[in-house]
Amino acid sequence: SQLTVRDALNAAIDEEIKRDDKVFLLGEEVALYDGAYKVSRGLHKTYGDKRVIDTPITEMGFAGIAVGAAMAGLKPICEFMTFNFSMQAIDQVINSAAKTFYMSAGQVPVPIVFRGPNGAAAGVGAQHSQCFASWYSTCPGLKVLSPFSSEDCKGLLKAAIRDPNPVVFLENEIMYGTSFEMSDEAMSEDFVIPIGKAKIERQGNHITLVSHSRYVGHCLEAANELAGQGVECEVINLRSIRPMDEETIVKSVMKTNHLVTVEGGWPQCGIGSEICARVIESKFFNYLDAPVLRVTGADLPTPYAKQLEDNSFPQTHNIVGAVKKSLNIS
Amino acid sequence: ASTEATFEVAQCKLHKLEQGPATTVTCTREDALKYYRQMQTIRRMETTAGNLYKSKQIRGFCHLYSGQEACCVGMENSITPEDSVITAYRAHGWAYIRGISVHGVLAELIGKKTGCAQGKGGSMHMYAKNFYGGNGIVGAQVPLGAGIAFTQKYLNNGNICITLYGDGAANQGQVYEAFNIAMLWKLPCIFVCENNGYGMGTSVERASYSTDYYTRGDYMPGLRVDGMDVLAVKEATRFAKDYVLKNGPLLIECATYRYSGHSMSDPGTSYRTREEIQEVRQTRDPITSFKQKLLETNLVTEDEMKKIDQDVRKEVTESEKLAIADTGPPLEDMYDHIYVQPEADFKVRTCDPVTMVASR
Repeated sequence: SQLTVRDALNAAIDEEIKRDDKVFLLGEEVALYDGAYKVSRGLHKTYGDKRVIDTPITEMGFAGIAVGAAMAGLKPICEFMTFNFSMQAIDQVINSAAKTFYMSAGQVPVPIVFRGPNGAAAGVGAQHSQCFASWYSTCPGLKVLSPFSSEDCKGLLKAAIRDPNPVVFLENEIMYGTSFEMSDEAMSEDFVIPIGKAKIERQGNHITLVSHSRYVGHCLEAANELAGQGVECEVINLRSIRPMDEETIVKSVMKTNHLVTVEGGWPQCGIGSEICARVIESKFFNYLDAPVLRVTGADLPTPYAKQLEDNSFPQTHNIVGAVKKSLNIS
Repeated sequence: ASTEATFEVAQCKLHKLEQGPATTVTCTREDALKYYRQMQTIRRMETTAGNLYKSKQIRGFCHLYSGQEACCVGMENSITPEDSVITAYRAHGWAYIRGISVHGVLAELIGKKTGCAQGKGGSMHMYAKNFYGGNGIVGAQVPLGAGIAFTQKYLNNGNICITLYGDGAANQGQVYEAFNIAMLWKLPCIFVCENNGYGMGTSVERASYSTDYYTRGDYMPGLRVDGMDVLAVKEATRFAKDYVLKNGPLLIECATYRYSGHSMSDPGTSYRTREEIQEVRQTRDPITSFKQKLLETNLVTEDEMKKIDQDVRKEVTESEKLAIADTGPPLEDMYDHIYVQPEADFKVRTCDPVTMVASR
């Protein structure tokens, strides 16, 4: 059956709230308004004020309260209306959530999920259009997930909620309405995707494309286009940014000898930079027959005008171009 | 000697409260001895910590609680072990009163495996059952404390959380974000502003437009208690616990004083006079004044307190010796406790680019 990303996320939250009475959702407009992006539609009606809680517009306050609740034993799902606003609360995510288990030598775990839309949106300007994968993934103690499909969203969000650690769950702001095929298994209440494992979305022998979130779709489009020209791309959907599935990436590179990374974030210290470093540092670096290329968002704050914005984030032709350059074909 | 005595304590200043804590407080002999011992232990422990810092056995930050003992001792004795506490970076006294031994505190300060956080936390990050630290970010523990109180209300377990911050943190925005939500949701939280007069080297008058911290919750009821009087603090806390369980949050300003500088790197004399510190020591010291009261009411004899002083000195000295002799945490420990239940094959990258170490 077909399911939108939004409904997959909704199902994951619904099932986990039902499954564990310590799980609750809080954030701005999550209850009566049904969520700013309607991810929590109907949940307040089903579970009431105790489990689905509207907060005032006060990110640092409610993120801190959610972390405190987790320290004391509950399992909050803390929604940021968008991750852009999570910067108001990043101290609580990094200094309170990620580090307390370590600082307490294992005495105080912090089982919490921070979730919400991430990445470039459409026509909303620089402050509301950016990817935070790199920001959060640098911090030990956090797990960082970046799903692509409906299946990813459901299975990974359920895994995040059940995980005893703090997890940053980056949804894509413009993919909520996108539908994907869901298997019967993925529709089941027991469906959980292991954190830290990438998914090979398409097999290929000529070049490896590694991406996360929405740009996995662009990679699949590029792969389709290139297949018509006899180039078989292997497309890896990272799913998990931290921990990162280095093994799947390296194995693929050993097979294809070519690597292109694709992401919506900025180039410097980006996810592509990390993948690049890992492959080059590994003992398999000599499997590379060409330099690794990173396709990333342009190195600038997101502009407003459509034609400028369109050129600020990777498009399929950028990926096709990078593949051809790597393979030295025209 | 009598078995109990009645004491007059100063009336609290009130904000949005019709009635405040009682001004007549009864204390048993047994309790009096306990409070005296607890305050003396903290004083002695902090003096020792200061000396260990000067002899370079304690590194980094070290914020001493000397002068503020009546706050934690008074509060702890009006709550139960099931109630929770979270405080800021001046955490040694609170860690002790919440159940960590003097040895556990000193060993953590010296960075030993036997420390209460196995040498991973240090001065600002000590934890115990229902004690959530120790937070090094000024003001960050205030929403966390509201969150702990949220859990108590969610679980409907009848417990409360004491959430402490200093006069310096009282101007942080997130404090007021937490107040607003705590009031909206009627969380069983006592917010406590331990006003020791200075945020680092900035006096309250130079940092706060309003220094009436007990009123700074605006719509949140508050009271100011004499934080140098353990019995007043205890009574105010008893009143507050009862209040927050029925009505939601209450703000207590605990008017106190710190004898040391902000931290060990601050001699504490450029922004205040030595005479000021001397004057507090002579007229308002929480231990000396309590001792005086106990003698005046014949509840405890001078000899009994001398005996306690000796016992405390012995306990702290022995704990200090033990902590110094303890071994430091082994290197392999440093890779543990990054994640709860890590995957079996989870390894951590070390500073050596080709070495990965297993983490538990």
